[in-house]
Amino acid sequence: MSDDPLFQLQAYIFVAAAVIGGFSLNAAMSGGLLNNDASKYMDGVVRAGVIATMFWGAVGMLVGVVVASQLTWPEIFYFSDFGWLNFGRLRPLHTSAVVFAFGGNALICTSFYVVQRTCRARLFGGVLPWFVFWGYQLFIVLAAVGYLAGITQSKEYAEPEWVVDLWLTVVWVGYLFTFLGTIWKRKEPHIYVANWFYLAMIVTVALLHIVNNLVVPVGILNHSSVPLFGGVQSALTQWWYGHNAVGFFLTAGFLAIMYYFVPKRIGRPIYSYRLSIVHFWALIFIYIWAGPHHLHYTALPQWAQTLGMTFSIMLWMPSWGGMINGLMTLSGAWDKLRTDPVVRMMVVAIAFYGMSTFEGPVMSIRAVNALSHYTDWTIGHVHSGALGWVGFISFGAIYCLVPWLWKKDRLYSNNLVEWHFWIATTGIVLYICAMWVSGIMEGLMWREYTPQGFLAWSFIETVSAKHVENIIRTVGGLMFLSGTLIMIYNLWRTVRLPSVETSDALSAPLPAAA
Amino acid sequence: MTHPVREKDEHSGVETTGHEWDGIRELDNPLPRWWLWVFYACIAYSIGYWVLMPSWPGLTGYTRGLLGQSDRVEVSRALNDLATVRGAGAAKLKTATLAQIESDPELQAYALQVGTSIFGDNCATCHGAGGGGAKGYANLRDDVWLWGGTLEDIQQTITYGIRSGDDQGRMSQMPAFGRDQLLNSAQVADMTEYVVALSGRQASAAAVTRATPVFAEQCASCHGPAGKGMQSVGAPDLTDSDWLFGSDRASISSQIHNGRGGVMPAWGHRFSPETIKALAVYIHANSGQ
Repeated sequence: MSDDPLFQLQAYIFVAAAVIGGFSLNAAMSGGLLNNDASKYMDGVVRAGVIATMFWGAVGMLVGVVVASQLTWPEIFYFSDFGWLNFGRLRPLHTSAVVFAFGGNALICTSFYVVQRTCRARLFGGVLPWFVFWGYQLFIVLAAVGYLAGITQSKEYAEPEWVVDLWLTVVWVGYLFTFLGTIWKRKEPHIYVANWFYLAMIVTVALLHIVNNLVVPVGILNHSSVPLFGGVQSALTQWWYGHNAVGFFLTAGFLAIMYYFVPKRIGRPIYSYRLSIVHFWALIFIYIWAGPHHLHYTALPQWAQTLGMTFSIMLWMPSWGGMINGLMTLSGAWDKLRTDPVVRMMVVAIAFYGMSTFEGPVMSIRAVNALSHYTDWTIGHVHSGALGWVGFISFGAIYCLVPWLWKKDRLYSNNLVEWHFWIATTGIVLYICAMWVSGIMEGLMWREYTPQGFLAWSFIETVSAKHVENIIRTVGGLMFLSGTLIMIYNLWRTVRLPSVETSDALSAPLPAAA
Repeated sequence: MTHPVREKDEHSGVETTGHEWDGIRELDNPLPRWWLWVFYACIAYSIGYWVLMPSWPGLTGYTRGLLGQSDRVEVSRALNDLATVRGAGAAKLKTATLAQIESDPELQAYALQVGTSIFGDNCATCHGAGGGGAKGYANLRDDVWLWGGTLEDIQQTITYGIRSGDDQGRMSQMPAFGRDQLLNSAQVADMTEYVVALSGRQASAAAVTRATPVFAEQCASCHGPAGKGMQSVGAPDLTDSDWLFGSDRASISSQIHNGRGGVMPAWGHRFSPETIKALAVYIHANSGQ
């Protein structure tokens, strides 16, 4: 056996999951739970996905509030007896929990719902979708326990080591087969735009994940590894990955959610089919080249920085195509902004999407980046995208999904959705404004020199200077988390409402129009 | 499979594409003109940027751009400018002795700038932003010195560190009297009272009497018979009101029990000798010396 305790830890989790999985599968099969009725949609796995999304969302946001508190009040939130709760361990736990656990589950469960409805076909692969769901949860647990135990390959958003990476690859290929297989057996002549975006997300994330994790393990029974690329090549590969994790996971994937749930909820047609084609392909082709803007003024050759910057600027309008299509779909139904807080949430999500996809190209300009890089401005930018866009569009979709999936005619309380909306929106605004102020302030302090060319401020002075902004940020994050907890309560009460009769049979083919 | 039938949307008067998925239809609006033109403008901007700046790679190099701009050239120009600004001071700092630096106001002012900058990003982590210290980290602003407060003493401490593992580092180790059972717990309690009494505070007279011979035997060799300390072994003066690990009875008792000694790195491996000189001058000037 391995003499590497961290490898052993992950191996025990894996074996335990395999045993539980085997027994559950056996019980499910003998209990007839896996009858694959091709005339019905497969919604059990989507329901499980909704629960997982909200669970990991609450966990990830809670960890976010904790790390924000650690930055704000280090003397209180430094747990000297629990080294595994240090900022360095919790910070990747927070980012991975919200991006991959919350965001990833939102993508998987909504894609499973949307692809079935828009293809009029049951999910492909029998038990495969359940394998994808549980396999993905196992990936999350392995990664999270690993971070706390100190396993990391120190690549942002790609911290898990090779063992966990291999497992995610297996699960993700299963996801690709489920999705492609369902599209393959569709009963609609065309593939709906949401499915293009989901598919682009699945394929590209597979590519990114594999290339950025090309490593040589230190030993076959050792958890750590050595990257295949070294130096600036490793950095460029990492940020090619990192930027496209944002581009394909958090942009393309959530645009897919927008393209289904916005028109579905408000009952209006998508504004422009042509725009969706052009902005889809422009987004896909341009996004993949923008990564070098994360390495301005580094060892990366200047020509590569130039290309990264210009492709980011060209990306502005392709990103905004999705915003236009989302917002203009409301034309003829703007009154729903007033009457339906779920619609309002999704529309505000699109507005934050528009804002952060404008801010991104601005920050990619080298002269701007010279000020913004490494500062809180970047953190604010990420959070306007993450809280405003990814968070709100997912919340909107889940507020739609829960009554549909649990056969209710309404949410338990629209008032609670209002509370959620206003508390969370205020939280986001507090958060990103605080980060703009502290980011620009510390950027200016870092570049201030004395007449003889010495730095005017030491690093710790720039940290102390943003204490107030850090307090505001923590409060903003706490408000966002509170909104999520209100949502979870509202959804739980919704599930407990009496059910109404609705069919989960595949919808009938459209009657031929006269 | 039916041929898609285009319908007219009542609200906008625009035709749909005739496709429908789960009730969702699409309008056949053209690309918004402003959107298209801004997209073209961004592409034109990028092409212009490529022409002017280093951009596309080829087999043997990359296009340099018409402006001939280069980050590497900019960096060396900035470094040259810096050398011009700092040149005189930096050159003098190399050869001057510590005493010469302090006696030359212009050179001292330069050394203080270097010291401020280096201290803030390297020393402040432990000694605090102003050098005020914290529990376990010495206060550098007062006139109390564990290892000596002359310019040369400070230079020595910075260069080689304290318990740093460096051959020439400052080295001493207070025994863990309680943990290693050199004293029993009653004796540690008595000694705590004795140390409290040394610093001129109220303490149990009986305990002080019991501890007196023990102090002479165990502690005086480093802290001195009167408890005034000894800088050659870094033993603090116990009669003043300056306490590295805390002044209350619990802290003192814990220190006797555990014999903690802090570690300071040997900065000679990281900084040039002239940087360390500047740092010593900065610390000396800001202390109560």
